Amino acid sequence: MYMYDFTYRRPKTLDEAAALWGEFDSPSFVSGGHTLIPTMKNRLAAPDVLIDLRAIPELKGIRREGDRLLIGAATTHYETSTSDLVKDAIPALAALAGSIADPQVRYVGTMGGSVANNDPSADYPAAVLSLGADVVTSQRTIPAEQFFDGLFGTVLEEGEIILHFSFPIPDSAGYAKLCSQASRYPVAGSFVSRTGDTVRVAVTGAGNDGVFRWSAAEDALAREFAASALDGLLPEADDMIADLNGSGAYRAHLVGVVTRYAVENPGTAIVR
Amino acid sequence: MTEVTITVNGAPQTHDVEDRTLLVHFLRDHAGLTGTHVGCDTTQCGACTVHLDGRAVKSCTVLAVAADGGAVTTIEGLAEGDTLSDLQQAFKDNHGLQCGFCTPGMVMAGTDLIRRYGGALDEETVREQLEGNICRCTGYTNIVKAVLDAAGKYRAKQQA
Ligand code: FES
Ligand code: FES
Repeated sequence: MYMYDFTYRRPKTLDEAAALWGEFDSPSFVSGGHTLIPTMKNRLAAPDVLIDLRAIPELKGIRREGDRLLIGAATTHYETSTSDLVKDAIPALAALAGSIADPQVRYVGTMGGSVANNDPSADYPAAVLSLGADVVTSQRTIPAEQFFDGLFGTVLEEGEIILHFSFPIPDSAGYAKLCSQASRYPVAGSFVSRTGDTVRVAVTGAGNDGVFRWSAAEDALAREFAASALDGLLPEADDMIADLNGSGAYRAHLVGVVTRYAVENPGTAIVR
Repeated sequence: MTEVTITVNGAPQTHDVEDRTLLVHFLRDHAGLTGTHVGCDTTQCGACTVHLDGRAVKSCTVLAVAADGGAVTTIEGLAEGDTLSDLQQAFKDNHGLQCGFCTPGMVMAGTDLIRRYGGALDEETVREQLEGNICRCTGYTNIVKAVLDAAGKYRAKQQA
């Protein structure tokens, strides 16, 4: 399927990218393009210019700064999954990156692109929200708590560019998901992180409103960090996505299952 | 139109293309290399897999303009003269193809996989790592055998 015609640009600086954004009527930023290009093929998006952010130095690289891990927005899933810095600081994040889609997609898709798109079934939003990362943009620093704004929505302004993610390093974290057999997107995924007495559980793939924190599970796990602490707890079925993968009640049940797996398997990503 | 130069199988190819041209169309329609297939066009089947700057990517989801200045290897670039690459030969020896539609993508993904793991592969890993390539004919068994066969040869060569 041919996409509508557009112009492609690859600026080398943030200033150049900002200037390009102003020059066109319906611009779009792109990095790996592994969500955007398929969307454009389906003609569900028709930007008149694609501004490729991958040549801008501020979006590149992975580094450790004290007790934080900084990952550039243009970092591919492959780079994140194989980085010794990431594996050492937050092994579950490296494992999550290595569980996205397939190897060819992981060579190209980027963390910034995935998070900016906030697909309700994407993996990264769960990690960003659970770990309480800061989203550092060309204009400001946005705490994860305030960043996501409903299905495919974020608080990013027109022309605002994600530069990097700044992750606090947790004491432990784990991720688990059950994927659709056809699309391999999670039908329910849960990222559980623990720092001191604080436990944060972020769920993707299941919520009506996109990624969300399951606070009842957080409270229970903060009292006792064990899978059994979740016995009898489920999120509201009415708040879950109901589609051909399953009903709201099925999804709510799955959220319980994957959250238990995530608690029991720290430092990794369990994929079913 | 944008002038795009991509080194394809070692030789620079320069063509004027629309910015919306996909890498797979650059290869098939402009460079005339039709070994790379389009199966799904939705980033799922892997039939379009080529190596871009040494890494297996789905060329139906990469823009030719974004690959400008890069180097691509396609299925046509694996053999040396009449001598097939180890993985190509292994597909033949293990009956790893039937209709052959998925095969170029399988071979390009498999070649990348063997290199990425230094040939240290087992059946489970091969199956998991070929998740991005779909075959409608073989049931995968002989494809997995072919990859393991070539991975063994890769290891043997590393040790030699
Ligand atoms: S044609 Fe590219 S993945 Fe199927
Ligand atoms: S051999 Fe026919 S699709 Fe794989």
